[in-house]
Amino acid sequence: MSTGIASAAARLTRPFATVSPRTRTRIPLIVTAVLLAVMFSVGSMRYEGFLSAQVVLNLLIDNGFLLVVAVGATFVILTGGIDLSVGSMVALSTMLTAWLVESHGWPLATVIPLVLLVGAASGALMGWIIHTFEIQPFIVTLAGMFLARGLCYTISTESITISDPTTTGIAQTRLYGPGGLFVSIPVVIALAVLVIAFVVLHHTRFGRNVYALGGNESSARLMGLPVGSTKIAVYAVSGLCSALGGLLLTFYMLSGYALHAMGMELDAIAATVIGGTLLTGGSGFVLGTALGVLVLGMIQTVVNFQGTLSSWWTRIVIGALLLVFIVLQRLMSGRRPAAD
Amino acid sequence: MTTQPATSEAAGGTARRLAGHRLLWPALILLALLLGNLVFQHDFFSVRVRDGHLYGSLIDILQFGAPLILVALGMTLVIATRGIDLSVGSTVAIAGALACAHISTAADPGSVTTMLTAVALALGVALVLGLANGFLVSGLGVQPIVATLILMVAGRGVAQLITDGQIITVTSAPYKMIGGGYWLTFPFAVLLAAALVALTAFLTRRSALGMLIESVGGNPAASRLVGIRAGGLLALVYVFSALCAAVAGLMISSNVSSADGNNAGLWIELDAILAVVVGGTALTGGRFSLGGTVLGALIIQTLSTTVYTLGVPPETTLVFKAFVVIVVCLVQSPVFRAKVLRRRRTTPPRSHTAAAPAQQQEVRA
Repeated sequence: MSTGIASAAARLTRPFATVSPRTRTRIPLIVTAVLLAVMFSVGSMRYEGFLSAQVVLNLLIDNGFLLVVAVGATFVILTGGIDLSVGSMVALSTMLTAWLVESHGWPLATVIPLVLLVGAASGALMGWIIHTFEIQPFIVTLAGMFLARGLCYTISTESITISDPTTTGIAQTRLYGPGGLFVSIPVVIALAVLVIAFVVLHHTRFGRNVYALGGNESSARLMGLPVGSTKIAVYAVSGLCSALGGLLLTFYMLSGYALHAMGMELDAIAATVIGGTLLTGGSGFVLGTALGVLVLGMIQTVVNFQGTLSSWWTRIVIGALLLVFIVLQRLMSGRRPAAD
Repeated sequence: MTTQPATSEAAGGTARRLAGHRLLWPALILLALLLGNLVFQHDFFSVRVRDGHLYGSLIDILQFGAPLILVALGMTLVIATRGIDLSVGSTVAIAGALACAHISTAADPGSVTTMLTAVALALGVALVLGLANGFLVSGLGVQPIVATLILMVAGRGVAQLITDGQIITVTSAPYKMIGGGYWLTFPFAVLLAAALVALTAFLTRRSALGMLIESVGGNPAASRLVGIRAGGLLALVYVFSALCAAVAGLMISSNVSSADGNNAGLWIELDAILAVVVGGTALTGGRFSLGGTVLGALIIQTLSTTVYTLGVPPETTLVFKAFVVIVVCLVQSPVFRAKVLRRRRTTPPRSHTAAAPAQQQEVRA
């Protein structure tokens, strides 16, 4: 069964063999960009009020936290790892923030660094366990997922609404640009995170180590790259990004709730994959992740505009897109199937 | 496992074999959990017969644990091939939703034929879903975690689509039998789970199938070279896992006489993986223990029951489970074991040093 399919796959990929590897890795990214453009133009033709810059900005306002989380996930996936704890970490951050600010009256200026520290430290701890004891990242972050979600419930099983004036003030601030367009403060933070991540990945030694580690871990080790500290650092980055994403979600929702961000780890992974990052690591673009987040947001927007479609179509479409892109990745990478 | 080197010379052969048995630790943990419950609930072990049915906390654990045992059973074979199946939770939801949707729209919901058609429908769709996973993993060579992630994401949407976002309630006596009925005084679900476990054990241990699966998990390339059709076997285990999940989905929806696309089987994949790992099957594949998995599933179910009995909010079981995962994985980790053993070996006399390199090599391999 598998050999027939493998040869069929080989036949299918033959046209791409002549394309240079550099271009080949960009094909999913180009597909995503085209997809986004097509979705936007079809949406503009079908729905009134779709064709406006504010719709695009709203995508960022509604998905800024996902963008930050997905950027963190990109770091981990580039090294060939996976972080399943991000959704729970986001929920824990909303919960911690709401709890400390509302029930204990802590100032926001103290809570924000604390939450970021908790995120980064737990990410680093998971990275340390993964590296030191050579346990699969999947299982360690799964435990992290359980732990963070469980801690949410130990804080409170109810939703905590935030009425603190500083927090609501930040949440309701609109930054106006030309033509009456506006964004929220979290959007600015999310875009800043994206720029920082881009610079770090493409213009620093740490970024090169991340790519090298994902390309081939034993080669990276033999080259004398700091494999252990890089691995711990990417999980710390992912933890930090999910804590920050949690803070942004707190501003967006103005509440802390243990059920916030259910399944966000999947959205983050989906955005990364749709953005052209290989799940096996070593190849990908953080700007592609931003495109991936926009595609996910666009699906949601189209489903909203359509009105007759139920929200669960969003999940089905995301699943279908994930399928297409993973198969595309498989065909592009041109490697022999692992099953053989 | 850590006690083995220390006692090996002093203890007799039987004790050594018992101490080294891989089911010892899961069995001891289960026993300790059960005894712990006795402290908080004095009639914990009492099993009564009422109206010809068995009642009691132990029976409850078995009955509510039956779906988890089934899902974990399928997961064991998948993990034995070095894979993982994240889509079982969604399959559970889809199977329950399909069966209930069929029964609720049927002309005669109470007839046995309707029930059998619903079951066949659910199993048929599960077969297709399993084949899809199997094709991605063995045909296209996608990593299992990624391949099954797709169905995990989309599956809940599909289940919601089938139930139209509602909770479908059904009243069908034959369907109620699967998850909530009794047969020969025993809960039918427990008998069904036991029969499927026994059948799987028979097929994998009394034929070469189990060995072939372990060989594919141990080294896919080598098993292909010796002529094992790894692709077909891989696809088979994903189909098996999906079918097990579907039966579990039928049980869950039948027990509560309703299908909930959103919550049915939520996070059961994590519990199942946990059960398999606690039962001594390593995530690195190549070896599996069905008995261990059953014990593991019972441990998870007892843990949930215990937390509930203690009056702790049930949601906090997640924290306990997280610690169990970490501890079990650390104990399974060769590196961790090597570090602990090395610390132990600093004190013994010199005669032991000769054996050290050999042991270290074994640990590396």
